Amino acid sequence: MQTTDKNLSRRNFIRLSGMTGAALTIGYAVPSIANEAVEIFTAQKAVEQGIELTAWISIDKTGKVTILNHRSEMGQGSFQVVPQMIAEELEVSLDNINIAFAPGHPSKFGSQVTGGSSTVRGAYKTLLQTGATAREMLIEAAAKKWDVSKKDCYAENGFVIHKPGGKRSGYGELVEEAAKLTPPKDVKLKRREEYKIIGKPLPRQDNPFKVNGTAEFGLDVKLPGMLYAVIERNPRFKGKVKSFDDSATMKVAGVKKVLKTTAPVFAHEREGVAVLADSLWAALEGRKALKVEWDDMRIERLNTDQLYSRMKEDLKKHALSQRSGGNADGIFERAENKVEAIYETPYEAHACMEPLTCTAYVQGDKVEVWGPIQAPDWIQRDISGRLKLNPENVKVNMTFLGGGFGRKAFMDYTYEPVLLSKEMNAPVQVVWTREDDMTQGPYRPGAVYECKGSIDSERINSFQAKMAGQNMDHQWSPNPDKTAFNTNTTEGFLETYFESIPNYSFGDVPTESPIPVMWWRSVYSSTNGFAYESFMDELAHEAGKDPFDFRRDYLQSDRYQAMLDKFEELTKWKSRGKNEGWGIAITECFGSPVAEAVKVSKNANGKVQIDKVIALIDCGWYVNPDIIRQQVEGAITMAIGAATIHETHFNDGMATEKNFDKYKMPRINNVPEIEVHIMENNELPGGVGEPGLPPLAPALCNAIFDLTGKRIRKLPFNLDEV
Amino acid sequence: MASYNLSINGKTYKVEADPKMPLLWVIRDLAGLHGTKYGCGMAQCGACTVHINGNPVRSCTLPVASAAKQTITTIEGLSDDNTHAVQKAWLAEQVPQCGYCQSGQIMAAAALLKKNPNPTDQDIDTAMVGHICRCGTYPRIRKAIKAAAQIMAKASN
Repeated sequence: MQTTDKNLSRRNFIRLSGMTGAALTIGYAVPSIANEAVEIFTAQKAVEQGIELTAWISIDKTGKVTILNHRSEMGQGSFQVVPQMIAEELEVSLDNINIAFAPGHPSKFGSQVTGGSSTVRGAYKTLLQTGATAREMLIEAAAKKWDVSKKDCYAENGFVIHKPGGKRSGYGELVEEAAKLTPPKDVKLKRREEYKIIGKPLPRQDNPFKVNGTAEFGLDVKLPGMLYAVIERNPRFKGKVKSFDDSATMKVAGVKKVLKTTAPVFAHEREGVAVLADSLWAALEGRKALKVEWDDMRIERLNTDQLYSRMKEDLKKHALSQRSGGNADGIFERAENKVEAIYETPYEAHACMEPLTCTAYVQGDKVEVWGPIQAPDWIQRDISGRLKLNPENVKVNMTFLGGGFGRKAFMDYTYEPVLLSKEMNAPVQVVWTREDDMTQGPYRPGAVYECKGSIDSERINSFQAKMAGQNMDHQWSPNPDKTAFNTNTTEGFLETYFESIPNYSFGDVPTESPIPVMWWRSVYSSTNGFAYESFMDELAHEAGKDPFDFRRDYLQSDRYQAMLDKFEELTKWKSRGKNEGWGIAITECFGSPVAEAVKVSKNANGKVQIDKVIALIDCGWYVNPDIIRQQVEGAITMAIGAATIHETHFNDGMATEKNFDKYKMPRINNVPEIEVHIMENNELPGGVGEPGLPPLAPALCNAIFDLTGKRIRKLPFNLDEV
Repeated sequence: MASYNLSINGKTYKVEADPKMPLLWVIRDLAGLHGTKYGCGMAQCGACTVHINGNPVRSCTLPVASAAKQTITTIEGLSDDNTHAVQKAWLAEQVPQCGYCQSGQIMAAAALLKKNPNPTDQDIDTAMVGHICRCGTYPRIRKAIKAAAQIMAKASN
């Protein structure tokens, strides 16, 4: 059970830090007091000193506990909530423990893909059980040592205590014997009312490192002898290199090599030319001097207008039906009161604050990778597959991620340094400039929605949605089945609506485009939600009903009714001011319904401004309410950007917005007061990182309609031009 | 290449660098201080903010030649034990999410509070509008700056 890992031990980094002089970390010793000097240690050190009790937990003989976080930390709080769950059942305080990132190891940790808002809801049972299993092993070791019944022993704050005799033993004294025991099956988990730390707004364990510059991100990885690479990639997606002239580049001091290279773009490849140098600056300067002739004759050179015209043409086609009930077509045809609307949503860049980067070292048949990675297990599989190696020969280490939002679960930027390291026989760090990051995709796909509905006796009689847009799934295969419907056209739409709306249909027409597209925080819900919850408001208006009461009629489950009661109380909906613009929207994705209300008004210049957002999330059983509030606040801000500020355009087959001068981002003065509330109930845990995003745009546009009578159906729009 | 003696966080770093090399890369790759971050390379996002003679400056566009003979402070020089009022407030308000932009945010906030110990919302907007946070920590940044102002006021009483 000893976890000394040869690959980990092989690591030999020197951090060239003038401040700490310490070895590089993927682990962090969490100080018990926030302002205590931060101790930096190697994961190697922690693991070698400790004895593994379960995959996630090792304890050394002094009682120091190390908990591994098997998910990536991209801001969403896994570095806090994974240990918070384990520590609860292990009966240790979160103060003064070590937390380290686990390397990619799916047979040990299960899925490590940090996406779909799945860290808590996907792993909570396993994590609670792993903590409880280790605790029971420690109790059993103590009972054996004292020759007493383990039923008379209990664990508390890092000690096992014999209740009748009062004997105590620290985990450090017990761990060696405990590790020899067979892990018990079916350990008893605590009841929720017994929790000491789960459910508490404990401060994040990563934040002490994020306020003094010691948190290590992808670009902070430094290996002895490491080369830096920047890559001039074909600006047209999936394009190739015809030829290049590196004569000027090779004259730049520090440049070592110029190489044609490639990276996977789903089922395709994109070529580029890599400049490798002994410093990043030299690589950047060398790249400026590089001349490349591209081969992209086969790439369709679309611009944004053509793309949206194509989507609107696609809306005239028959939809591939995902879900239908009743006879929506027939009802709509015959209806007297009907509403039709087209909604447009933009392509968006992920624009993580940390541009993409990854470091790799290939030595013979062994590969080690370090980087800001959302899916270490996928990366391990991808690299081992491409190089035809056993997965165990590919070690994938996660640093902190400077944002992810879906982009860092892709496998292009992780493969590039592997290829280059293999070629150069040296560790290689590939650095993407901001321009590389913004112009290469994959993007959130733009989509156009056609919604049709009919009202009969103030009630919805039919609701139809047809989406035209790129189907992300089609990219993974060179010959995808394009007759298959998009399985995500109902994402974001509340399940209960299907029970209460008699006639409905949801489907899509996949739009052809060469632009690589991918998950972007809340994925299809981020655009579906805008269309469907805007349309729900239009139907309410057509029915002459209050939009809150109107929705309530269709959400007849106890869970939703309780949520609506609470939301009505929070928004003081019934007593809202007459001349205030208020809008609401409710969506559900990744297991959590979220309601948001937006209040808008006109400022002194007569322009619309967002005054306030009130959000209510029902994520069921939860771990850390402050992290939930952080995530919903952040999702709302990101949604404000995508609704009112930024969009990626295309011209001649290339992305137009290359940096933050053109791709404007929400800033401190764009963000209103945000209130986040959490439902208290015993539902199963739902997602937290994404579900807060989709309701913002429709709630905002519904509020603007309430204030001005103007219906906004195309995102993004400029608040100053409403 | 030219030789520079840079004063960073009270220490002198002797570096050999191309005079037009941005200070950001000198700090990160030659001085080995990684807390200062690259975000855009064109002074649009603020992730690379350091203090030069106490003023917040975008190190990604400042050539190292212009930084010689100046007093440079990076996030590591604010305090390495999280005892600066802004760091304390950032922890108390639990500002960071991914954390990548926070070095720059904190340096900007520290410079603001040094000049203006009691900033209004408008003052905060003006000082912080050049800083992008994709995680959307802005409401907490605003609260934390106000909290830091209080911590500093208490300390000087």
